[in-house]
Amino acid sequence: MERLIRKYVDKLIRSGLAEAGAPLMGARDAELIWNREDKNRAILQEIFTGLHISTLLFALPAEPYRTLVDFLARTSPGTIHPQDTETRTFLHDLPVVTSLAPAEIIRALKNRKCAIVPGRGIITYGTVSPEQAFVTFSSACFACFVKFFADYLRDVRNGSANPEQKAVFQQVVDYLGSPARLDFSLTHGPFRDEATVLTAMEEAGKATVDCRLVDSYFGNISCLFKDILYISQTGSSLDELRGCIDPVPMDGSSCVGITASSELSAHRAIVTAGTHRTVLHGHPKFSVILSLACNEKNCALRGQCHLRCPRRRQAAGVPIVPGEVGTGPYGLCHTVPPALAEHRGAIVYGHGVFTVGKTDFNDAFASLLDIENACRKEYFASL
Amino acid sequence: MNGWCGKILKIDLSSGRTEAKRPEREIYARWIGGRGLAGYYLRDKVTRSWDHPEMPLLFFTGPLVGTTSPTSGRMTVMSRSPLTGTAGDASVGGSLGTALKKAGWDGLIITGRAKTLCGIEIADDQVTLVDAAALAGTGTSGAYARLKKKGAVALAGPAAGVGVRFADIVVDGHYAAGRAGLGLHFAARNLKYLTVRGSGKIRIAYPEALKKANEDVRRLMAASPVLLGELGIGQYGTAALYDLLDARRMMPTDNFRRTRFDAARRMNAHAFRQRYAPRRTGCRGCSILCKKIAADGRSLPEFETLSHFSALVGNTNLETVMEANRLCNDLGMDTISAAATLACHGEIRGRPLEPSEILSLLMDIGTGRGIGQALGQGAAAYARACGRPETAMTVKNLELPGYDPRGAYGMALAYATSTRGGCHLRAYPISHEILRKPVATDRFTFSGKARIIKGAEDLFAVVDSLTACKFVFFAASLEEYARIYTAVTGVESSADDLLTAGERIDYSERIMNDNNGFRGTDDDLPARFFELPGTGDGHLEIPPLDRAEFLKARAAYRRIRGLNEEGRPTREKAAEMAIDWDGSSEG
Ligand code: SF4
Repeated sequence: MERLIRKYVDKLIRSGLAEAGAPLMGARDAELIWNREDKNRAILQEIFTGLHISTLLFALPAEPYRTLVDFLARTSPGTIHPQDTETRTFLHDLPVVTSLAPAEIIRALKNRKCAIVPGRGIITYGTVSPEQAFVTFSSACFACFVKFFADYLRDVRNGSANPEQKAVFQQVVDYLGSPARLDFSLTHGPFRDEATVLTAMEEAGKATVDCRLVDSYFGNISCLFKDILYISQTGSSLDELRGCIDPVPMDGSSCVGITASSELSAHRAIVTAGTHRTVLHGHPKFSVILSLACNEKNCALRGQCHLRCPRRRQAAGVPIVPGEVGTGPYGLCHTVPPALAEHRGAIVYGHGVFTVGKTDFNDAFASLLDIENACRKEYFASL
Repeated sequence: MNGWCGKILKIDLSSGRTEAKRPEREIYARWIGGRGLAGYYLRDKVTRSWDHPEMPLLFFTGPLVGTTSPTSGRMTVMSRSPLTGTAGDASVGGSLGTALKKAGWDGLIITGRAKTLCGIEIADDQVTLVDAAALAGTGTSGAYARLKKKGAVALAGPAAGVGVRFADIVVDGHYAAGRAGLGLHFAARNLKYLTVRGSGKIRIAYPEALKKANEDVRRLMAASPVLLGELGIGQYGTAALYDLLDARRMMPTDNFRRTRFDAARRMNAHAFRQRYAPRRTGCRGCSILCKKIAADGRSLPEFETLSHFSALVGNTNLETVMEANRLCNDLGMDTISAAATLACHGEIRGRPLEPSEILSLLMDIGTGRGIGQALGQGAAAYARACGRPETAMTVKNLELPGYDPRGAYGMALAYATSTRGGCHLRAYPISHEILRKPVATDRFTFSGKARIIKGAEDLFAVVDSLTACKFVFFAASLEEYARIYTAVTGVESSADDLLTAGERIDYSERIMNDNNGFRGTDDDLPARFFELPGTGDGHLEIPPLDRAEFLKARAAYRRIRGLNEEGRPTREKAAEMAIDWDGSSEG
């Protein structure tokens, strides 16, 4: 338990989600243990006793999340409703509480995986592992980031952006830093053996996280080698892929890949076309934000954009397609493979970007980075 | 009432009398339905012998059954188990739960013993007891074919008639209420079958909220590789787990003496699909459809059946697995217990079973012939009778299923603490230790597992009570199901509130077991797992479980569960859970 607490507290800081010293995390098996002393520990202790949980995480997010989360919490009393796919599917919405009063927080956490306390931070929990608390914290930050920037673009275009929104925008833009880049090339293909494939996937996965092209543990990666599709496992962290890659025979002769990413079908369909051997999927923020920005007035399908948007939309020169996670009737396994037959990448509405490579991950990674940076540029240009 | 019907049907087979009970709302709120409510009606009778006329046989639905909520077509059958002596329940699919609910009943309490073999036929509020002499000794498939026009059908097979301790109840020809030997209760009551037809509708408190909550669950199901992925159980049935469990070196092989099966690659779900070209089907109200039926009408084996009728008994013949599954189904006996008892027999006599022997021994068991009589008492009793108790791979007399505990320490703890004995479904830690949901945990440590197992037991106690299918919880959580529960019943409730109910349901079962003389020392695994290593591969070693670590985790579990140091329930904890108990068997 102690090891896991340390691991996820460090990861929060390394991912830029919280500043050193900010996260307070407690976990219990038979006994409750904490990562550090804090005056809020008594409050959290009380919350623990009111819930069937094993981990609690409370932290003030780092900038720019802190400002964004606070603004949204102030302006969406009760509940924040982000529209990105991760939130829609896994978190549903983000409750806002008015204070650190245990009863109020317990009430919120009885119904949702996290609660936002304006000015104080985000509180999340886990029932199985501290990892759940980390993932929810990260997803909440991502959702707030995407929502703020998507709403702002919409409101500027409508002429309805208010002064407070503008001020917050100015403030957070300063925190964005320069666009991501990769200063080295990834392992070159064609790969000779399975060991090289696995190492190349680990390396590309880690680079994707280091460049912040995925949030929390989402995103996935695959490589076709000798009729086996090597693909990251469901819920695996792209920067920790050792032991988390499934070999899936392309002829379907084994179900050993039942733990493979939920996007296995999409990856398989993409490489089956024969032109590409590698696939990379991340959730870069500005690509997701632009995918949500639709100018269409009075669209009859408004509200179902993520399922069946019929328009040919583009950002950064690649198509924006609808599609939900997985293999359902509106699954992105139906929309992404055809889009990738003609483009180096495709953006899924509210979700993220898929890119492809011929023999290794250099081209797939470069495309992911280019698309995100181009979307970022396009975003600011269209304000 | 919304969600619930508000009525429970009591049938006394001795007198032929029926009665409609109308429990107070409070009873529903506390015990919810399914396993919870059935347990409520079992508790004050549970110390009687399992075949006492007053021992109730309970069929209970939950508030979600018969509604549009995902996987809401299941129900619980419960009584005292003839195999284990514990409170024994089974969650079963098919259409019986939905039919009973539509007939206007939340549950069915059957007591007494009919003078001659009979059937119960329910059509809405009409209950008829019918002479079933013509079906005496009939296999479940033949009997089902003759009864299916009457609605949903639950049947016992010939195995119940000859006293097999792991006799099961077969619903709609393909769905088994297994594990606890509940089929034997049919024989004890001179009951051959139950049919139910219902024409009513379930009232929903907030239909729009239900639609929205259902959508949230469907989206999560679609995002789940295990459920609806192209290699998942929707496509291949639970047999989809076979390759993975072997790859993780958790396949119980050769009566748990090894953990990897050399022929696994030839015996997997893909091989069955190629050979038998099954169609997908499933319980009423489910879109996962994990059940697979071959063109000739036989069920394809579930994972546990496949694992045990191949690796555990050393069989490499696909058709033998299919036939063994069909025979167990037709004779009405639990596949896991049957295979595990045969594996125990194979070890005791010192030579593996031939495919033809497997089938003939199953026939012997199901018809009470020769050695079948002794094998029909289950592995623990059989091994004891042979003077080789160490060869029975059981916990509380229940044969262990297809997950070797040396490869997943949470599973080891869960087998030991399960209220119905060596059961994989009480806490199903495979979800996170192997399938990575909701997140992956380290399968080779006991650290953190005590609380996880306790929490999962509470969760599944609620799931079995609502009633929903455990599989959907590979994707969704109680957060979504609490919204469904509130939308259906109108009772404001959160995931956490439901877990409190789950904790109560589990604790009540512990009290029942304590009343029947089970003690903390029964929460243990066979010695083999602490002595023999599993089958490593040079990169991955599978050592025996560390006994001291196991005991430490079990002690932590007891503290978290609110048991005393000896593992027995306490009056204080029962009071805290609002369980009415005088502490008469208190430790
Ligand atoms: S997943 Fe399978 S067992 Fe569960 S409800 Fe659906 S068909 Fe029945």
